Amino acid sequence: MLTDLTIAQAADGLRKKDFSAVELTLAHTTAIEALNGRLNAYITPMPDKALDAATKADAALAVGEAPVLTGIPLGVKDLFCTDGVKTTAASKILANFIPPYESTVTAKLLKNGAIFLGKTNLDEFAMGSANLTSAFGEVENPWHRANDPSPLVPGGSSGGSAAAVAAHLAMGATGTDTGGSIRQPAAYCGIVGLKPTYGRCSRWGTIAFASSLDQAGPMTRTVEDAAIMLGAMAGHDPKDSTSANLPVPDYRAACGRSLKGLRVGIPAEYRASGMSEEILAVWQKGIDMLREAGCEIVDVSLPHTKYGLATYYIIAPAECSSNLARYDGVRFGVRAEGATSLDEMYEKTRHDGFGEEVRRRILVGTYVLSAGYYDAYYLKAQKVRTLIRRDFTEAFEKVDVLLTPTAPTAAFRRDEKPVDPVQMYLNDVFTVPASMAGQPGMSLPIGLDSQGLPLGLQLIGRHFDEETLIAVGSGLEKAAGFTARPDLRAGADA
Amino acid sequence: MSLDPATTRRIAKLARIGLDDQEIEAVRTQLGGILGWIEILDEVNVEGVPPMVGTAVNTALAPRVDAVTDGNCQDKVLSNAPDREGPFFTVPKVVE
Repeated sequence: MLTDLTIAQAADGLRKKDFSAVELTLAHTTAIEALNGRLNAYITPMPDKALDAATKADAALAVGEAPVLTGIPLGVKDLFCTDGVKTTAASKILANFIPPYESTVTAKLLKNGAIFLGKTNLDEFAMGSANLTSAFGEVENPWHRANDPSPLVPGGSSGGSAAAVAAHLAMGATGTDTGGSIRQPAAYCGIVGLKPTYGRCSRWGTIAFASSLDQAGPMTRTVEDAAIMLGAMAGHDPKDSTSANLPVPDYRAACGRSLKGLRVGIPAEYRASGMSEEILAVWQKGIDMLREAGCEIVDVSLPHTKYGLATYYIIAPAECSSNLARYDGVRFGVRAEGATSLDEMYEKTRHDGFGEEVRRRILVGTYVLSAGYYDAYYLKAQKVRTLIRRDFTEAFEKVDVLLTPTAPTAAFRRDEKPVDPVQMYLNDVFTVPASMAGQPGMSLPIGLDSQGLPLGLQLIGRHFDEETLIAVGSGLEKAAGFTARPDLRAGADA
Repeated sequence: MSLDPATTRRIAKLARIGLDDQEIEAVRTQLGGILGWIEILDEVNVEGVPPMVGTAVNTALAPRVDAVTDGNCQDKVLSNAPDREGPFFTVPKVVE
């Protein structure tokens, strides 16, 4: 089936004229029509625009010299502004927002020939770890426990992108990662998710959550596909002053590179108490596979790991409270009806337009930035953040890459969602520290647990060394031979 | 760590999020829980540690020519206005 191909295979097939971009796109739009009602991976499918673009892609391919992603159908997280296409951030407050401009990352993908199948679901404003906070409904993970059809969460916040890629409703998708929002859903859905170094991809036109942490990245079914997509997304952008003015390497060339002599760090602090035996076992499996590939395994320490989450839950809400101040019902978005004063309009608009979790984070952020508390919370968190970054800097003097679990559990059932927000935040315990330090990280599937659910491992690299992540990731991918697919996917009979 | 209702109301007011009494109480409890959990940072000695400001590895901002790079797009700017009169955004009356 065309929907089973990887991006690399499809790009090859299109050039050999084995099939057309229209056929490839139609296979995906048909699958979306069949499955999206159940999975809710897309908020806004764009079948007509996709088919128009596919026709143009076929014309470009006929002429030859078409860029790498020509005719490749992708999903776009509904946090990237797309010119003329509704962009909601999964929030009621942006339910009617049609951007008159294109984000830099999506513009680069379009320039590279990509076809957009639609805008994928997410946690509201990317705040969540289970895709349960979207104003447009929950996303169902295409995987299910053996003998238990109950819906599982896909992880978050890029849960719609992860579910779409896992269920073959897109060949790849864009995600964004603030504290783990690419890597954790990738692990829950058994796919590859790469969060690049902070500054690798432009943030311009991506709806902001926490500007010192937000970073766009690819979500795909193979490491090579992630390398191909990242190459198209990355690069300097004068419109984002934090985007790095560095050349973009040929990431694909890093696939299959020899791992001999590479030093792989195993951080002691990630052996958190209460981690399941199965996660520990898959971590050990990863260590053994890399040793087998000629890597040197080195024990390292990241002593401030246990403070990562608490630091994150000061910094991220503080930045969110500032970034989300713009949603006031004046210039764009949904305005609440019936207010008689300006203040009442603001308060009603922001009460009715934001969901509970977003309101909670804005309030935490407002509190930690308010007069009298700034030093005790925000300034303190910034200092701890320096220590967290130092941990990584020191570790990378001894090793080339770190290997850890991506998440403390496999995907859980919707009805197993913790009631306490703090318990929910613990999902990101292994992904947040790298985000705080701006390091690149990648999650890839290694095996299945005893209930048949995918488990992922995370690689963390030096700043701007995504190539080592891709090299090690492709080695692990080959050794793990992960070929399992979810029961709900395009063309499956389930 | 527990917040009192007056502080919670003040924070909601600063954030311009209208909350009724029941919501204030729920938020008060949850924020108290989150802020209590954050207190773990009291264990960390940050004496002499500079705050990390920004994440970019190359922190120097590049200067650019002081020239207009965008503009003349009034229609685009106004295209999502919830309410407008001609080229103006409109809001409820502020001055009687």
